[in-house]
Amino acid sequence: MPILEHLWIIPLLPLLGATVNGLLGRTWPNKIVNAVAIGSTGLSFLSALEAVREFFLLSPEQIPWVQQYFSWIAAGEFRAGFDLQVDQLTVVMLLVVTGVGWLIHIYSTGYMALEGGYYRFFAYLNLFMFFMLILVLAANYVLLFVGWEGVGLASYLLIGFYSLRKSAADAGKKAFIVNRIGDFGFMLGMFLLFRTFGTLDFVKLFDKVTPMSPEAMGHLGTMTVAGLLLFMGAAGKSAQIPLYVWLPDAMEGPTPVSALIHAATMVTAGVYVVARSHVLFMRAPTAMLVVAIVGCATALFAATIGLVQTDIKKVLAYSTVSQLGYMFLACGVGAFSAGIFHLMTHAFFKALLFLAAGSVIHAMGGEQDMLHMGGLSKKIKWTYFTMLTGTLAIAGIPPLAGFFSKDSILLSAYQSENGGPKVGHILYAAGLFTALLTSFYMFRLIFLTFFGKERYDEHHVHVHESPKSMLVPLAILGLLSIVGGWLAAPAFWGGPDYFAKFLEPVFAAPGAGEAGTAEAVAHALETPLAIVAVITALAGLLAAYWLYVKQPSKPDTLAKSFGGVYRTLYNKYYVDELYAAAIVRPLLWVSTNVLWKTIDVATIDGAVNGIAEGATAIGDGTRRTQSGNIRSYAVWVVIGAIVVVAVVFWPPMKPVLGVVR
Amino acid sequence: MVPTNYYLVLSAILFGLGVLAFIFKRNVITIFMSIELMLNAVNLAFVAFSQAMHKLDGQVFVLFVIVVAAAEAAVGLAIIILTARNRQSLNVERVDLLKL
Repeated sequence: MPILEHLWIIPLLPLLGATVNGLLGRTWPNKIVNAVAIGSTGLSFLSALEAVREFFLLSPEQIPWVQQYFSWIAAGEFRAGFDLQVDQLTVVMLLVVTGVGWLIHIYSTGYMALEGGYYRFFAYLNLFMFFMLILVLAANYVLLFVGWEGVGLASYLLIGFYSLRKSAADAGKKAFIVNRIGDFGFMLGMFLLFRTFGTLDFVKLFDKVTPMSPEAMGHLGTMTVAGLLLFMGAAGKSAQIPLYVWLPDAMEGPTPVSALIHAATMVTAGVYVVARSHVLFMRAPTAMLVVAIVGCATALFAATIGLVQTDIKKVLAYSTVSQLGYMFLACGVGAFSAGIFHLMTHAFFKALLFLAAGSVIHAMGGEQDMLHMGGLSKKIKWTYFTMLTGTLAIAGIPPLAGFFSKDSILLSAYQSENGGPKVGHILYAAGLFTALLTSFYMFRLIFLTFFGKERYDEHHVHVHESPKSMLVPLAILGLLSIVGGWLAAPAFWGGPDYFAKFLEPVFAAPGAGEAGTAEAVAHALETPLAIVAVITALAGLLAAYWLYVKQPSKPDTLAKSFGGVYRTLYNKYYVDELYAAAIVRPLLWVSTNVLWKTIDVATIDGAVNGIAEGATAIGDGTRRTQSGNIRSYAVWVVIGAIVVVAVVFWPPMKPVLGVVR
Repeated sequence: MVPTNYYLVLSAILFGLGVLAFIFKRNVITIFMSIELMLNAVNLAFVAFSQAMHKLDGQVFVLFVIVVAAAEAAVGLAIIILTARNRQSLNVERVDLLKL
């Protein structure tokens, strides 16, 4: 088991790449930078593949496979080591991160070819891969948090990659700060878990938790609080209500970054953490319900905003927020494997969509507004085909990947008993409506971009197909978006859901005995629900077709007649403005007027300067006594002598003597 | 015999005159002489006490004071001569280099 014993190789390779490129790459030609960046991630992908091959040879008792490399923090009872762990969940994440990451690296060599700071971009991208791999391989919460913060750093650096543009720098800061709010909760959650169970190692912690019943810690007990705190962190990283505001702004970064970090991998870290902590969440029904409701609300909320955005990347960004909401909905109703399944398929088709959008932007010479595109389908055929594949996948048209993963989430939501069956049905209805909206806004994107009249100035924009280095990753991701869901396909004709089967050792449900009847019911429901879902998706498609191809003038009339609704959606429900008014501006006011002007300038600087000024004033006053005139000094001596004599010999002055003694 | 008090009062008067002269006179020689006057006022007090208490300590002290005063006169006059050459004046108000 060479690689499994040396798991550290997998994350170390991208770190080496980042170091070499970051320190030495400035003067190198692009080709060498490419070789280092693609080589390191490619090798990392290959070692991950080899590790997975070896993983399949392990016997079930050896899973989860934990390797302890060295103790990092040891304090009393507490130990946090550089320990890496592989189980079925890690395998999925590992392959998604290294595989999709590698493809996006290849794509970036084409996309970034003419940009400045080429070596810097790839150094950051490799650094991101390192931290993301640490995150998914970590065997305890502390090491996971290292990766968690590290990807946040890489995300910040890459959002602000065009650092000369103020909006990019601001977006980077916004992402970083909003994530810190979530991380605060995550850390509190870790502290609470350590306080309660005395360990943060996944295996030990979950072994202690497993025997407990859901009621062991009370309805609103430690489990619920810990779960909610962890979810707070997850909501920050995975852009859920109320902390989603950073993700749309993160589109300021280069498009491959949006694909890799802000769609396929980093933002799914929150889902991964919730799935990883499923043992805790299963024993905290209230926390689960909160996760499901927040996820569902985010899915619906973001989808409605996505309906009217005109920036091609903004549409995809809101779509990502919405799909992440789906994943949390799945986790919240206890269908963790469905959530991870959607995470995987989403990584394929959303990375594809972003990269294809990047290809469109590339072709248009930097134009991102869909209202200035149109009719591109003939000019950039390959981009069009791949993007259409991604759209069909995300809209949930069978037999593409998104159909299977979304269907299993909706099915689980429909069956959810947590908080009563009504809640489950409401979640299902909201999820289904979101699916309709998803299909609509994605096809709106397609029709606006690739169909209809050309709405750009042909003399200035020379539409051209992208280079091979960009098209090949698109083709591979397109293929994955088609076949990625087939792992679960046999479930439709009574066969096993291979993906869920594979993850079963991780997510083994506590009441496995009753699974037989539940499965039968599930199977009976599966086909009708799937048909409903497909009809919904087709309805979205047709609506978009009718509005944006058949009657191109209709959307404007609609927007006018529903002016209030349209403006609210177009301005993203004014959430940014609300946060600015409710949080940012009061904070700024307090910082300026209290912290800065009152405490810093007035109190601290005032005290320091005051002491200095006081000393100067006293000196100014007393320097008059040093006249240089010897006889005036003599007067002082005489006065002193008189005072001493008076104190000693004059009876009324006696008390002074007492004080002096 | 003259009571000790008389000597002490005379000593105090002489000392006071010395102090006043030191403070109000400007000529450095006069100031120097006023210091001598104060020293001798103290000498007088010492001698008076020595006689009143029938001890010799006071007289020994007086001899020391006279020796010190003589040495001081030698050094002091040398300084005064140098100052006078530098400043062309004996006025202490012109000698204020100690001022800030």
